[in-house]
This record gives sequence, C-alpha cells and structure tokens, in this order.
Amino acid sequence: MPTPIDRDELQRLLRDEQAQLVEVLPPDEYEDEHLPGAINIPLKTLDRETTRRLDRERPVIVYCYDTQ
Amino acid sequence: MSPRAAWRLETLGFTRVHDYVAGKADWGSFGRPLEGQRDSNTRVGAHLQTDVPTCTPDESLQDGCERVRTAGFDTCFVVNDRRIVLGRLGRAALASDDDPTVEAVMTAGPSTVRPSLDLSAAIERMRNQNLTNLPVTRSDGVLLGLIRRDVAEHALDRAS
Repeated sequence: MPTPIDRDELQRLLRDEQAQLVEVLPPDEYEDEHLPGAINIPLKTLDRETTRRLDRERPVIVYCYDTQ
Repeated sequence: MSPRAAWRLETLGFTRVHDYVAGKADWGSFGRPLEGQRDSNTRVGAHLQTDVPTCTPDESLQDGCERVRTAGFDTCFVVNDRRIVLGRLGRAALASDDDPTVEAVMTAGPSTVRPSLDLSAAIERMRNQNLTNLPVTRSDGVLLGLIRRDVAEHALDRAS
C-alpha cells in the first residue's frame, strides 16, 4: 500500500535511503520546474517499460503539483 | 494524480512506494529550490526581504513602534511565538500616540503570498489592494519576510 509522506519524510528518504523521485505530471510541467533530482514519468505513460529505469530495491516517491 | 500513480506502481510490482501528496506546490511554498526552465528570479522568493520587524499581540503599541522606526520600516507584522502571521500594523497605527496593546489596533489576517508565487502575480495583488509590500509566508503561515512592490517591479522589468 502506498505511504503518504510529508516534506520532512521525503527529505529523510532521499538522504538516508537514496529514494527515487518521480514527477508524474506531463513533460512540459516537469520541464518548467521540478524537485531537484526528480525524473519524469507522466501518469499516462506509467507502465513496465517506462519504469524499467527505476531500482525496485530503493524507495520510489511520486508527486504531482498538489493534492488536487 | 500522484495517488493513482502510486497505486499504479504497486500494481507493477514496486513494494516501497511513497506519495508526496502535497507536491511541488508545497515544496515551493517553503522556499525549497526547484529545477527547470522557469526563471527563479521571477519568483517572490528570490527578492524576499527577511530582516523585517515584528511584534507580538500582547506587547504595547509604542514598544512595537519604536522597533519599527529603528528598523526604518513603515509596517510591522504581528506574529506569535511560532512566527505565524496574525496581523499587521499599518501606517495609521504606527503614527498613533496612544499606547494600547498591539492586538487592539492591528489589522487581523493580512493577505500573504508564498515565495513560489510569480512576481507578476504579487505585483498585481499589491496594485489591486493598494499596498507597497506583502508579507511572505510558508504554507503553514510562518513569516519568511516581505516582498516590496518597487523591488518586485524593478526585478520584473530587468527580467523582461
């Protein structure tokens, strides 16, 4: 079950567990601005092929713009 | 959108999936850096003035006024012990010779902006409200500083 996290936990996961950050917004929004170190896999393209570059042994953190 | 993405990853076999539900709006509102093509110099956070005088609701107005005059400001933000913005002392209050508590004369719930806001939007808000500056807060209400209208206009002119 996915775990909702806040900003502090995000920073801890990045620092202590080498978490992978994934922005799931469309490419133009990602290119406009994104969290440092994030990669872009838009929600509409999330599949086995596009997630192949993610390390399954490390945490994955997804985010979009806000809670909407 | 991110909850659906998190669940999608789970269906793809990922077992350590986290969802930063507040997203980059939250990140930016705390003044955290963002990368990308958008010019950070056109955001409020890049032109923040942080050395602003503050006072608390229970102190005397004249104590607050003295601090504001010493700092060379014409406004003062009223904050609690967590630096949450509760009100503002404007020019009229600061010019008064009376000495009530700050709470008695402050304007409660002043309009605030986030550091991630575009300068153009901040300028428009100040023009519409006939203000020369706006307090800048994090999304939890903590005061970071203020953005001055003349500084914002000058910065936007240089960027365009």
